[in-house]
Amino acid sequence: MAQQEKREVIERELTMSRAMVEAIATEMRDNEEVFYMGEDVADYGGIFDSTEGLLDEFGYDRIMDVPISETAYLGAAVGAAQEGMRPIAELMFVDFFGVAMDQIYNQMAKNTYMSGGNVSVPMVLTAAVGGTYNDAAQHSQTLYGTFAHVPGMKVVVPSTAYDAKGLMHNAIRDDDPVVYMFHKRLMGIGWLPAPKGPKTPVPEEDYTIPFGSADLKREGDDVTIVTLGLHVHRALDAAESLADDGVDAEVVDLRSLVPLDTDTIVESVEKTGNLVVVDEDYRSYGVTGEIVASVADESLGALDAVERVALPDVPIPYSRPLEQEVVPDAEDIEAAVQRTQ
Amino acid sequence: MVGVSTTQMKSMFEDMVTARHYEERLQEEYLEGKQPAFDISAGPIPGELHLAAGHEAAGAGVCAHLRDDDTVTAPHRPHHVAIAKGVDLKRMTAEIFGRETGLGKGKGGHMHLFDPDVNFACSGIIAEGCPPAAGAGLAAKKRNTDSVAVAYLGEGAIDQGAFLESLNFAAVHDLPVVFVIEDNDWAISMPKERVTDVENGAQRAAGFELPGVRVDHDDALAVYDAAEEAVGRARDRNGPTVIEVQVHRRMGHFMGDPESYRPEEDQAAAQARDSIERLADDLRSHGVDDDTIEELRESAHERVEEAIEWAKDQPQPDPEDAHEDMFVNPPSGVTDTEPDYELAGGDD
Repeated sequence: MAQQEKREVIERELTMSRAMVEAIATEMRDNEEVFYMGEDVADYGGIFDSTEGLLDEFGYDRIMDVPISETAYLGAAVGAAQEGMRPIAELMFVDFFGVAMDQIYNQMAKNTYMSGGNVSVPMVLTAAVGGTYNDAAQHSQTLYGTFAHVPGMKVVVPSTAYDAKGLMHNAIRDDDPVVYMFHKRLMGIGWLPAPKGPKTPVPEEDYTIPFGSADLKREGDDVTIVTLGLHVHRALDAAESLADDGVDAEVVDLRSLVPLDTDTIVESVEKTGNLVVVDEDYRSYGVTGEIVASVADESLGALDAVERVALPDVPIPYSRPLEQEVVPDAEDIEAAVQRTQ
Repeated sequence: MVGVSTTQMKSMFEDMVTARHYEERLQEEYLEGKQPAFDISAGPIPGELHLAAGHEAAGAGVCAHLRDDDTVTAPHRPHHVAIAKGVDLKRMTAEIFGRETGLGKGKGGHMHLFDPDVNFACSGIIAEGCPPAAGAGLAAKKRNTDSVAVAYLGEGAIDQGAFLESLNFAAVHDLPVVFVIEDNDWAISMPKERVTDVENGAQRAAGFELPGVRVDHDDALAVYDAAEEAVGRARDRNGPTVIEVQVHRRMGHFMGDPESYRPEEDQAAAQARDSIERLADDLRSHGVDDDTIEELRESAHERVEEAIEWAKDQPQPDPEDAHEDMFVNPPSGVTDTEPDYELAGGDD
């Protein structure tokens, strides 16, 4: 996208769900080959508002309710994409991946490679992720690591309305399979209030945010906090509090896990010397370990101190005090940062 | 029903003879370097090899009704279907030999063959090609074309969720899809009766209020007739059909399978039932003389030899190529430039 010559200040604010839907609607208007499939996406508008209002404009043929049959409809998305269409297929909760993982892991992710690049799978898999509202072990996971682990899928995670729109435009236009993971707590749903941060100004026109470009959500000199999704906002809260204690934190929002913007992370760590990685996924074999290892590979000498803040390796418990214990909050992040100082 | 023409029969016969000879020749090539002691990773063709000798009627009888723009997904035993669908035989063979000029540049192998020119794909996990076939049918419906999709699966796949879910998905959306069950009686070592209570897998269709027909013997013309109706139904937008075809497994599940679980009489019965000779008889009764039949055989054999010789001459892939083809447009999406907006109230 060309640089804006005129510095017009964007005032219009949207929730993350409105921004995401706006991008989908624009792409659907521009390209008849784009359609959306999922459970309760038509009349309901998506349980987490991911398709709110789209049925009225596009009708049931393009905003398709599907049988509760993830293997069938995710696999059908793969098949339609291989025919050159641009399906968007939604997992109502990312936790439901298990019943359809063969289609995701063994076809969507691998067909391009196995065909020697002769076949493309230009689809988007959207999935609602995350906890913090006591939905327990089968409806609260993010599974960022699970999806980023297998090669062949681009994985993006917006944390603001602005990013959600730009990433969605890019996801639909991309010729490869993209997993678009939106955090329920950030969508701006009435019954699931969002924190202050995700509602942002959003330009009216379409724009794309490139994958593999992490965003500095806050600049600072003392410590680098690398995170994504909901925890961008928790990290920003922690950073404000740390500033009162004279610790100046930089917050790196990954925005995409695949491809990963290692350059931005390493550049930041080389400035601050300290790395805290914050993740709402399980601690072991996941995003935190990967980020730390990537920095170590590139610039081991820059690392003075490293901390990981993630879900301990337990299923996410139901009861409020139990869930709050395991899902990292701003205080956990702040404490981890303090340990690096 | 229009009925089969002699030209069509000859074309099916060629496909079937090609497929049979192909499997027999691949078996020979495959076993090179694997004898006397069987080592699956040795020899010019590495990995597993699932040959389809005895399945030819199901490939030819259905694909005779298909065009290049129709989509076929096949399972792990795919060669006869690929041949009948018109997949590039040389490049398919090069892929099986793991060569650089193979359909997948040596990255897929014999269970993962993709030929987008004729809309053919196969995959190695039981019934997993059913949902993408439904998706191809969905694309045809959305684009308002008369293309159809065919998903092949074995009788051992009829209890898989992917098949049953796809039946429902295709039924509820009235998709132009034909599901073809190839019943060779064996899911590796498990006989059908031990794992499912239905004798006729096409009965699965009834639960979705879809037509299901069984072709009880591997007779290419009977398959042709059943498929004519099913493919026609799909093309005319009248929804999906399930066809089960009784075929026979003339070889082991995979090369190297000792088949110690299989009664001798079952193997002998498979050898005795030969859909190719049956079709040769049908050709004769349509007035095709023996010389012509022999010529068809010879040209099919030549085609196979040519493909195998060509494939063996092809270069091995450059090891560095293992890192390529992850994505269509590397390294990422349609843009690599961040937009430059000034947002109110922050520095986002």
